[in-house]
Amino acid sequence: MSELFYIATFVAVAATMLALTRLHPVHALLYLVVSFLAVAMIFLSLGAPFVAVLEIIIYAGAIIVLFIFVVMMLNLGKDTALQEKRWLQPRVWLIPSLLTLLLLVEMVLLLLRGSKAPMLVSVVAPRNVSLSLYGEYIIAVELAGFLLMAGVVGAAHIGKHTKKNLHRYLQEEEDIKQK
Amino acid sequence: MTIMQHIWIVLGVLFVLLNVAAGLIWVERRLLALWQDRLGPNRAGPLGILIVLADTLKLFFKEDWIPPFADKWVFITAPAIVVGSVLMSFVIIPFAPSVVVADLNVGLLFFLAMSSLGVYSIVLGGWASNNKYALLGALRGASQMIAYEVFMGLSLMGVVMLTGSFNMGAIVAAQKDRWFIVTQPLGFIIFFIAGIAETHRLPFDIPEAESELIAGYHAEYSGMKFGMFFIGEYLGITLISAMTVTLFFGGWLGPAFLPPLVWFIVKTVAFIGLFILLRASLPRPRYDQLMEYGWKVLLPLVLANLLITGAIALWIRK
Repeated sequence: MSELFYIATFVAVAATMLALTRLHPVHALLYLVVSFLAVAMIFLSLGAPFVAVLEIIIYAGAIIVLFIFVVMMLNLGKDTALQEKRWLQPRVWLIPSLLTLLLLVEMVLLLLRGSKAPMLVSVVAPRNVSLSLYGEYIIAVELAGFLLMAGVVGAAHIGKHTKKNLHRYLQEEEDIKQK
Repeated sequence: MTIMQHIWIVLGVLFVLLNVAAGLIWVERRLLALWQDRLGPNRAGPLGILIVLADTLKLFFKEDWIPPFADKWVFITAPAIVVGSVLMSFVIIPFAPSVVVADLNVGLLFFLAMSSLGVYSIVLGGWASNNKYALLGALRGASQMIAYEVFMGLSLMGVVMLTGSFNMGAIVAAQKDRWFIVTQPLGFIIFFIAGIAETHRLPFDIPEAESELIAGYHAEYSGMKFGMFFIGEYLGITLISAMTVTLFFGGWLGPAFLPPLVWFIVKTVAFIGLFILLRASLPRPRYDQLMEYGWKVLLPLVLANLLITGAIALWIRK
């Protein structure tokens, strides 16, 4: 099982790096999808099939589709790719990379110092996930529900528009009715 | 189960599915002809069945054109995604007792995940074509499929509640006394409608509406790349029919005079026929009508169905 885990992590890291460095927005998003699929595979190899499938349904199947939808509507072409190229100079990369490198060194040091334990994989059935979600973590579920409800109400408010008759005959008819 | 048996099951399922997808070309054209009071393809071979061969050969020998203005690699990948994701979904369907490729404990969710990945083929195909009609088709397809995925998932949760598991084998076993069509009629209807929208078949073929968008998202495709979209659509019909049978019509369960596999095939074929009958008889709604119907009619219905099912399930368990 651990080989599967390492292959999936490699794919995830590589896809994420490519997603960061691609200049074309749609290509970057496609690499992001691959990265999400790889993360789902990591969850699966660690014995969490439920989370793995949810990762695909929600992130890869819905959120990124919406991202691509928006990018498609904006129809960003070569101009944006050029702009990205101008923005992503090596100079811009330098400081963030150095800082993250520092964190990486720290993490590797911690990992090397920690006690070694074999990777124990115990498969968690969907039933157990739902029992703990609706038992121990019920407050978190309800708070997430509130947040989503607020989002839905906001979207409905923004999306609301008064009905307008664009055709002048219908407009005239309405004017007559109002009189 | 030995490894060899497993490999045989995988190969057998793949072989049958690809043949079914090809054979449906003939079935659909003959059935449509029947319902429209004409003959349909009846010249090549007995009853015209060799039209399948003729069509496939034609697709293979057509010029495989990639438009110079298209995004080449995305354009090539898009048709493969739809076939791949639909074939992956078949992995969890129990065709007969112990004839299943992967008996996952999250089987139903795996099906939903794969069908949600199918959206990419439309979105990317339409976008990469770099064509106004294709882009419009892709936009419609994306919003239609994302919206109807929601109802599809929710309509199946009633079945999951009554079974207490996402495992497809357990779902079939739970229908031993009573098929879920009896206890979940609303769930069945909404699942089937969402299934039609998800495979973007007529009457919900809005992303490719010939009369307004030429061919929508696959307007620029030719040759076998178009063929892949075509096969993907037929495989999608087969998948939704097989899922409907497994979830609501008892899967391979049936009276003992026929073997389970035959029962499964008979029921699935009946639903494929229903798909074609719907194509022959219903007009296409407008895009905004489809979305409004989904969010204003199906969503409240499916939530009410969930609420009532949950209440009854709790009451019975007490």
